[in-house]
Amino acid sequence: MSEHTKTADDFFDTPLPTTNLPPKEQRSQLLQALLDMDPDISFDDPLENDMVLNMGPSHPATHGVLRILLRLDGETIVSAMPELGYLHRGYEKIAENETYHEFITHTDRLDYLQPLHNNVAYILAVEKLLGIEAPVRAQYIRTMLSELARISSHLVGFGVMAMDVGAMTLLLWCFREREKIHDIFDLVVGARFTTSFTRIGGIAQDITDEGLAAIRAFIDQFPERQQEGERLLNRNRIFFDRCRNTGVISAEDALAIGLTGPNLRGSGVAMDLRRDNPYMIYDQLDFDVITETEGDSLARYYVRLAEMKESVKIIYQCLDKLPQGAVHAREPKKVLPRKERIYTRMEELIHDFMIVNFGVNPPEGEVYHAVESAKGQLGFHIVSRGEGHPWRLKIRSPSFCNLQALPQMLKGHLLSDILAVLGSLDPVMGEADK
Amino acid sequence: MNSIIEQVVSGLRERLGDAVEDVREFRDDVIVVLSRDAIVDAATWLRDHEEVPFPLCEDVFGIDAYSRKQRFEVNYHFYSVTKKVRIHLKVRVEEDDAVVPSITAVYPGAGWYERETWDMIGVRFSGHPDLRRAYMPEDYEYHPLRKDYPLMGVPGSIPLPKRG
Repeated sequence: MSEHTKTADDFFDTPLPTTNLPPKEQRSQLLQALLDMDPDISFDDPLENDMVLNMGPSHPATHGVLRILLRLDGETIVSAMPELGYLHRGYEKIAENETYHEFITHTDRLDYLQPLHNNVAYILAVEKLLGIEAPVRAQYIRTMLSELARISSHLVGFGVMAMDVGAMTLLLWCFREREKIHDIFDLVVGARFTTSFTRIGGIAQDITDEGLAAIRAFIDQFPERQQEGERLLNRNRIFFDRCRNTGVISAEDALAIGLTGPNLRGSGVAMDLRRDNPYMIYDQLDFDVITETEGDSLARYYVRLAEMKESVKIIYQCLDKLPQGAVHAREPKKVLPRKERIYTRMEELIHDFMIVNFGVNPPEGEVYHAVESAKGQLGFHIVSRGEGHPWRLKIRSPSFCNLQALPQMLKGHLLSDILAVLGSLDPVMGEADK
Repeated sequence: MNSIIEQVVSGLRERLGDAVEDVREFRDDVIVVLSRDAIVDAATWLRDHEEVPFPLCEDVFGIDAYSRKQRFEVNYHFYSVTKKVRIHLKVRVEEDDAVVPSITAVYPGAGWYERETWDMIGVRFSGHPDLRRAYMPEDYEYHPLRKDYPLMGVPGSIPLPKRG
């Protein structure tokens, strides 16, 4: 209790009004005396009280370790403040102390729902810095596998969003499909999650006919499975009502706050780096950029659904056009030699020794390369000082930038809408926290 | 250099005069080095450009150049959604006076990027509405991405619970 607080004794010490006054005035005098005594007395309106609620960092619906501080008026959100850093592992610092090859494995752990896409994004930035390009066959395989990774990431985004608003079945169906993609990665890459598949100037190993057949078998059956899921959700009244008109953001606001990827396209801005600044072989492929105009959770959900269909289209084209040839660029001082040649040839042994121990030593300069990942624009900015390791490596992670729009989207909504909005933003904390 | 970017860079030179210190190009990435005080003006001009507007601020981040006199650099990426081009700006500050004007009034999305830069490199942004640390605890006294910060961290810098 503070020293200003009056106790009951203070009231008894005050002289009561004289009794010769009429009762009505007596009462008002008494009231006046009481009011004069304690100017601190105020009567709180119980409806005007704000409550501060802490959500996370370990909350099942926060997609990892996101913490949101909420100010609530009843059940309405007055303001929200996301707090990051619970999964901060300092990857940018680690990158400064490792060679360019060594950092590939760390990119898997950024967005752990689509590790292959991160490998590709990182290696494209390194190749831009070195001024080399992978052969066409490697580009095709990279494109195909990144689109598979995009499907697997959207499946989680889509299934987890449905689970958060109450449709549990869909999550299991999505994970069943994701499991098939992981089996393909196991066959083609050799690992289910931590793929680390790309190398400077190429990929770790060529794809086999068995791998190609597995990819084709998967995308042959996938559209039907997707339709099953859509049938379960698209005409589901509960899902529809919870997602429509929640987390609305206009196109101008979305650009100003820095949204990218499906979240920006859900607001009607047709920005897709695969078409706008084509990298790898995207300029030779035929696909549509999906946009929705409403800018609410439902629009973002529809964008993801339609993007999976576009990814299937892209994979079919890659399978049909896949050329024969090498999967490593002929740059002996930059590209790791084949293992069997290291053991038999002197030149390759020397190059392997130099590349592994001292790195590839790109020229001095700064480059930035961004790709359209499933979450948004994933970019790597590398500052080189001519050494085997980057002087500075900055990861432009889409989840970090997309989360910034959360306070704006949540304002004025109900507490339970957080799940629908957060699910539709689809952040991954491994990437947001780096 | 792309003709659209060339036009934007010459416009920036015209607008800012001597504040444009250098224009560098490497692998098709154009970096315009500005003096510190011109950054808000440049950002506003880029956002409101009539032919090539840059509505998206993609990133703001710091670099510790360490051995150079102007130790810290802050890079900005702006993207034009309509013309599909990207421009990079860079300002340099000295260690004793590591303050850069904030561009949050122009691009609200830069708010978190500037917080991250403050957290990691230790460059302050004047006029930022909410310059808290992005990742590290608020009372943490180091900036981890500085070159004089060891890779394995500073022992004891984050108090841990005592062993039972």
